[in-house]
Amino acid sequence: MFSRRQFLQNAAGGAAALGATQLVPAWARAASLQSGAQQAFDLTIAETPFEVGGRRAVATTVNGGIPGPLLRFREGEDVTLRVTNRLADTSSIHWHGLILPNDQDGVPGVTFDGIAPGETFTYRYPVRQSGTYWYHSHSRFQEQTGVYGPIIIDPAGADPVAYDREYIVMLSDWSFEDPERIFAKLKKHSDYYNYNKRTLGDFLNDVRDKGLGQAVSDRKMWAEMRMMRTDIADVTGATYTYLMNGTGPDANWTGLFNPGERVRLRFINGSAMSYFDVRIPGLPMTVVGTDGQDVSPVETDEFRISTAETYDVVVEPREDRAYTIFAESMDRSGYARGTLAPRAGMQAEVPPLREPFLLTMQDMGMGGMSHGAMGGMAGAKAGKKAKSGMNHSGHDMSGMKSGQGGMSGMDHSGHDMGGMKMQAGAAGAGAGMAMDDMSGMDMMDMGHNHPGGPAVAMEAMNPQERLDDPGNGLGDDGWRVLSYSQLENLRPNKDPRPPAREVELHLTSNMERYMWSFDGVKFNEVDGPVLFRYGERLRLTLVNDTMMAHPIHLHGMFVELETGAARRPLKHVVNVEPGTKRSMLITADEPGDWAFHCHLLYHMEAGMFRVVRVTDNVAADDPGSHSKHGDHGEVL
Amino acid sequence: MTRITQLALACAFTPLTAFAQTGDDHSESRGDVRHEMGGQAQYMILADRLEWQSGNGDEIFVWDGSAWYGGDYNRVWVETEGETLIDGETEAAEIELLYGRAISPYFDVQAGIRQDIEPDARTYAQVGIQGLAPYWFEVDLEGYLSEEGDFTAAFEAEYDLLLTQRLILQPRIETGFAFQDAPERDLGAGFTELETGVRLRYEIKREIAPYIGVSWSRTLGETASIARSLGEKEDAVSAVIGVRLWY
Repeated sequence: MFSRRQFLQNAAGGAAALGATQLVPAWARAASLQSGAQQAFDLTIAETPFEVGGRRAVATTVNGGIPGPLLRFREGEDVTLRVTNRLADTSSIHWHGLILPNDQDGVPGVTFDGIAPGETFTYRYPVRQSGTYWYHSHSRFQEQTGVYGPIIIDPAGADPVAYDREYIVMLSDWSFEDPERIFAKLKKHSDYYNYNKRTLGDFLNDVRDKGLGQAVSDRKMWAEMRMMRTDIADVTGATYTYLMNGTGPDANWTGLFNPGERVRLRFINGSAMSYFDVRIPGLPMTVVGTDGQDVSPVETDEFRISTAETYDVVVEPREDRAYTIFAESMDRSGYARGTLAPRAGMQAEVPPLREPFLLTMQDMGMGGMSHGAMGGMAGAKAGKKAKSGMNHSGHDMSGMKSGQGGMSGMDHSGHDMGGMKMQAGAAGAGAGMAMDDMSGMDMMDMGHNHPGGPAVAMEAMNPQERLDDPGNGLGDDGWRVLSYSQLENLRPNKDPRPPAREVELHLTSNMERYMWSFDGVKFNEVDGPVLFRYGERLRLTLVNDTMMAHPIHLHGMFVELETGAARRPLKHVVNVEPGTKRSMLITADEPGDWAFHCHLLYHMEAGMFRVVRVTDNVAADDPGSHSKHGDHGEVL
Repeated sequence: MTRITQLALACAFTPLTAFAQTGDDHSESRGDVRHEMGGQAQYMILADRLEWQSGNGDEIFVWDGSAWYGGDYNRVWVETEGETLIDGETEAAEIELLYGRAISPYFDVQAGIRQDIEPDARTYAQVGIQGLAPYWFEVDLEGYLSEEGDFTAAFEAEYDLLLTQRLILQPRIETGFAFQDAPERDLGAGFTELETGVRLRYEIKREIAPYIGVSWSRTLGETASIARSLGEKEDAVSAVIGVRLWY
């Protein structure tokens, strides 16, 4: 384990040549990618020695490389992939973001039984899309230990993106620890890898800067709720070395260019647990695609790539100089780094890591609530969260049963609370409604149709969409940062139907026990799949009731993220920042059982996973009978 | 949009291919994956205090540890605590076997038995609550019913104050309460004792943290009178050196 300072020293002191890293696949060493799609591939998953930063370990790899080989397909062709498992455990390959027949999706326990040790499984499917994707094992922690690689699908027709040269920039996180051990540590002390906690020194600084009263009250609420403002990443640079195309920061992966060329960079976040903030100082980036789908070009200087997302950007370096591709981990505990340069061996300045951000009340889903109001609420919390200054419009509270779980103190039956709006500051004094009465209420029942209990430590009381927010800690550096609201699909969306119903799922956790779930129910506890009716058009709304960002991934289908854009961007991974709610439209046109989960690997393995079943074998409910809010999707 | 248009669009976007129902639902592998994702058991072994205390002329070794095995909701706990003179007899030793059930995000209820080995063998039924209170206090409240019918209780609280990321100051308080006189243990009804201390540990790794500290303890109320009558001191201050370990 090393401290952040040591990490920086290592990064600066190393001078290993890229070629020395034997496991780097051919595509990462080439000056531009090989063009030419193939239709048949042989892939072998096996244990292979791996070296990074001067340390050796045994990795699990595809065809001996980290990342694995580039799979280049062409839209409209059929591909055959023979995957042989040489590991001692069951393995699998999932084709991340690909639209394919259900039994080719490669998720053990959902679409097939996995690939047993020594066996070969042959995947065959038609390629129905184009763009940048990736593949990875969907078995336990194999993705963490190296079973991942890039996929590029060339369009059947002309590519709307013009470029002279292209590179894959695959970001990932490597640990020399056994991931089972990492997981076990998190289950015991979820803050194990957080070496950025607030200390006495931070407190004294705050006292000096803001005064004692403010410093105390800043901490009071967080301490009272047992929430950490520095809880940004569960697994950090304390154990991770961040990789760019399989190489550590010191090895400096380099992509060559001739000044004046248009270079397409296909960023893939193939990490297990890491969000990255990516920029190339001195070089604006034009975003042309996300999650494999073309978007209207938008120029920016930085973007956040959540785990399992992809972003395609085009850069036009005109000067005869090197540029650093800098991918800071979101918690600022380390970075992946590479270089774009006219000649090999060049490098540009590597920027310092920025200060990590602190979570705010907004991340608790209390956006718009003033701090003063919270102070007055302290007596009303009853172990849960207080609600004040919060706008209930949008929540149809009439569905609440009076007399249910702690509600007996208030009779809301028949009352539409949509118009209820308590004034911040007045709440504690009991304007309109005495807070003493509120304290008898089970806050878990208000607008949250899922159970509380040990699995749910917090609920967002007033979640915002925040689609124009580039993400926590971004946007104040004096340069442009991409936000979801800037993404607009290049082509019109295909299905013009409005959603006939809404499914709302809450992202829930208890950080203290390291429990992660949807609607407070871990995958081992769910009754059955979330049902989508085959052919239906629905809205899926995700509400983040946790303090962390989650990259939520739906297999088998794209979602149209409701950003307000006329042409909604198509995504298969949606980053849901803490305290936000984000909606997407889905046409449920791919039958079968599909995995739906948080793509933070340790969250998924802790239970933040569901199966979505697209079926026509459901009693045909009248869509009109479904309430617009809080429909959680029935279970079979 | 009219209903008819909607219907037409629904038809247009519903592929006409027959819905394929696969016979194999991968039930066995799904069971495995379900168990894996959220249902797996973990364990933890914690030696919260392994320490030498020196004060009032005595040198004693104190241990205070626990272990659990189980899932997020149900766990089996073994806890042990005791102290022994460095070159002499063991003054106190107890071991508890408990079932713990999560009742809220931060608290477990525990129930089971406590077996005292020293100063004499005695068995108790035990029930308590343990967890993380608001403001980050680790608290543990236990009630004990001895085989003689004596009812006692113990409360413990700890707090971690981070001086740096690895240097942590931990104030600690522990108190006992007897609901009636328990002469066989020299306890009088009411609060029986109070022990408070502060320990400064350095986490070499999270799992390995040597510490130094100071501990002050005294008997209270009727129990203090009993102690006086037995010629024992009412209070004691000790310097502490030890290590906190977990896996």
